[in-house]
Amino acid sequence: MDKFFRRLLGWLFGTKQSPDRAQDVANTAPLTEQQIQTIVNNQNPRFDLQQLISSCGQSVGKQRELNEDSLLALTTTMAGNSGNLPFGLYIVADGMGGHQFGEVASNAAIRTVAGYVLRKFHPYLFHVKTDTMDESFQEIMQAAVSEAQRAIQREAPGSGTTLTAALVLGQQITIAHVGDSRAYFVYPDGRIEPITRDHSLVKRLEELGHITPEEAANYPHRNVLYRALGQGEILDPDIFTLGFPQPGFLMLCSDGLWGVVSEQDLVRSVVDAPNLQRACQNLISAANTAGGPDNISVIIIQLIG
Amino acid sequence: MGSVYRARDMHFPNVTKLVAVKEMINTAPDPLVRETIVQNFEREANLLATLHHASIPRIYDYFTLDSRSYLVLEFIHGKDVEAIINETSGFLPEPQVLSWAIDLCDVLDYLHRHKPDPIIFRDMKPSNVMINHNGSVMLVDFGIAKTFQSGIKGTMIGTEGYSPPEQYRGEATPSADLYALGATIHHALTRRDPRLEPPFSFAERPLRRINSAVSSDLEAVVNTALEYSPESRFRSAADMRQALMAVARKTGALVNMGPRTGPIVSSGVKPLWSFKCEDEIRGTPAIFEGTLFIGSYDNNLYALSAADGTFQWKYPTDGGIVSRPALFEGNVFIGSEDRRLHVVSARSGKVVWTYYTNAPIRSSPRIAEGHIFIGSDDNYLHAINLNTGRMAWKFETADFVRSTPFVMNELVYAGCETGDYYAVDFRGELKWRFRAKRAITSSTVATPQTLYFSSLDGTLYALDPRNGWVIWRFRLGKSSISTPCIMDEMVFVGAADGFIYAVDTKSSKEVWRFRTEHQVNGSPVIYKDSLYCGSVDGNLYCLEYRTGRLRWKFGTEGPITGTPLAYNDIVYVGSTDHQIYALLA
Repeated sequence: MDKFFRRLLGWLFGTKQSPDRAQDVANTAPLTEQQIQTIVNNQNPRFDLQQLISSCGQSVGKQRELNEDSLLALTTTMAGNSGNLPFGLYIVADGMGGHQFGEVASNAAIRTVAGYVLRKFHPYLFHVKTDTMDESFQEIMQAAVSEAQRAIQREAPGSGTTLTAALVLGQQITIAHVGDSRAYFVYPDGRIEPITRDHSLVKRLEELGHITPEEAANYPHRNVLYRALGQGEILDPDIFTLGFPQPGFLMLCSDGLWGVVSEQDLVRSVVDAPNLQRACQNLISAANTAGGPDNISVIIIQLIG
Repeated sequence: MGSVYRARDMHFPNVTKLVAVKEMINTAPDPLVRETIVQNFEREANLLATLHHASIPRIYDYFTLDSRSYLVLEFIHGKDVEAIINETSGFLPEPQVLSWAIDLCDVLDYLHRHKPDPIIFRDMKPSNVMINHNGSVMLVDFGIAKTFQSGIKGTMIGTEGYSPPEQYRGEATPSADLYALGATIHHALTRRDPRLEPPFSFAERPLRRINSAVSSDLEAVVNTALEYSPESRFRSAADMRQALMAVARKTGALVNMGPRTGPIVSSGVKPLWSFKCEDEIRGTPAIFEGTLFIGSYDNNLYALSAADGTFQWKYPTDGGIVSRPALFEGNVFIGSEDRRLHVVSARSGKVVWTYYTNAPIRSSPRIAEGHIFIGSDDNYLHAINLNTGRMAWKFETADFVRSTPFVMNELVYAGCETGDYYAVDFRGELKWRFRAKRAITSSTVATPQTLYFSSLDGTLYALDPRNGWVIWRFRLGKSSISTPCIMDEMVFVGAADGFIYAVDTKSSKEVWRFRTEHQVNGSPVIYKDSLYCGSVDGNLYCLEYRTGRLRWKFGTEGPITGTPLAYNDIVYVGSTDHQIYALLA
């Protein structure tokens, strides 16, 4: 860090050859936090140690008696031959109301997916194993979702759940997604980008242009999914890998949050908060202030360095 | 009014060469009108003569005799889409219509990008789209196509029912062609002829209400194309093609279409020049300042004029050359089976220095950060100082290193013949290692996020460059030594099962695959809209890289194992028939 500041100072002042002339042509101002952050990110060698941090929040909401959401957030590092590697597994599952045992389904989804993924990574997380794994991130996530599908059909037949799971290893995020919980990238400059696509009727209609986003917000059948874990004979989850946004946040949440809080407010709650815990609390209270019609779950993840 | 005749070109008395002759009879009594009609006819001829696209018929000649004018065109064996619609009892299958629509976007994109002014086809409808005997789309009847000058209103010509509102007002724009294409797709999928319906009423008969087999994704694309106001439609034919491609990828239409056999144009491709060496060419050429460098199994490195293939010099090594030369500051770097890396002046062909390894070199040199990185069959990855020609370090691997090292973010990546894959830092120390089940002969390509290479274990790998974890694996039908290439979030690679594959980089799903007649051991390259790849069946294939559709192929007398090089609209490829060919890209 010392070295960096020396470099930064050198960069700021060291190259000034003629201060008088420089003042003629430019006004100087202190760099903003954000500009400094950008410089830090640009100057960091790519292979420096990185740290993954996360926080989560949950609320039953104001109008339900039962919490049918389940979530899992696990953040650690993995020792390996290329140094310590950030490792994280984050899952939000929203058991489907109207079906029996929605909470059983969402819980089974979390347990099965996390159990499967962690069993795969166990030798690397808790032993020093040097040879590489046979399976890829995407294959592991695919197999985990298939196992969860079978588990739900066994444990709570007829029920269903959404599942949005993010496996983070180093700078790679591998997402497995079914249903209408969401994953977002949130950027400090105020942009927010959904990276999953809802498997819901209302989203489909909106995509087709049959209804406007405004109509979608008040659509009567907002909770109808065309794809859910535990439902149907074949399940085709969306599985893909993206780079971690830097600077930026990965946010997973159920529709109890994104359905009632506007994207603008989502971003502001995350970006303006002093830390991730506060960000989660702010989001939960924003959803409850807006009426809290449904269970609320949120996980925010950041990769620093 | 006029007719179209099928005719035989008697300039070729020994073969049957069919042409189409379009006849227009000029019955106008007024001489000024007569003259205008002839001028329009000749304008069509002149316009066609300037166009070169696989979906536009070629023009051979035109002439006027008394009151009749004639246009001699490429004869298309096939049917127009209107006839196909009428002959089909049910609905046409979506993948079929989708693939036509993608090709039509391609040709509209070509016309709309025409310089100096875009060409508006203005009469897109099923009867103006021919499907030839290979299943490829041909756009016919350029009678009213018009070079569009921005801001100038034209007169209303087109076909009612297919034309957008603004064309009824006399405006012809690229957007009008896209509307008409939307109408054409709508007609093909619903069998409802828009000429028999009120204009702009497509919204009242949505695709899926009439034909529920149509995917909602395609319906959305057609709806966008058919938007009432031009601002709401696709901004360009390229945008619409992209949207259609997304539908095809999602519904798997391109995969189900399967490989196409039989060339669209097989005899039409003639080399600009070719040059014969004394033995096989297994390697890949490189170009520097108008000179093409290629190594041959006859031990020589050749320097040829890239423009016409004129021999400039050759440099003899003592072993076969199977790799690709690298160029840096006026010197050519090439590895040879005589165990040496040779550095030769690009201008004179005189040796500058050589560097010995302890075994034949089949890897190609990679120049980065003041060093040359190269593998050798002596089981080492060598780093050689670019200025002194001395070894900086060498890194011991488990077996022959035949892949070309890849350098990114201060790491050197290379695979070897045991299947071990190494990331080595600039001091020659191992950063991480990965192991495939069999040899990694393929070289690496990468984005900052991902390394891609294939293996003899029949897998295309995507690895994290920082730590070697596997992001995804894609199963190829058989082993592969082909080096992948990347474009538009797709990665392309060949395999010994004879296929060239296109795979989505995010989801690792297959986008398309194309079958050649034998193993694909060379590597694909992309230049403009096309992918070029050689096959052991002796052909160089040119495919539309987004769809995998064959554009043309060019047959050589021996298997092609090297990689083509595309540069300045020319594609160069070496063949084991001892020749290097230069073809128009």
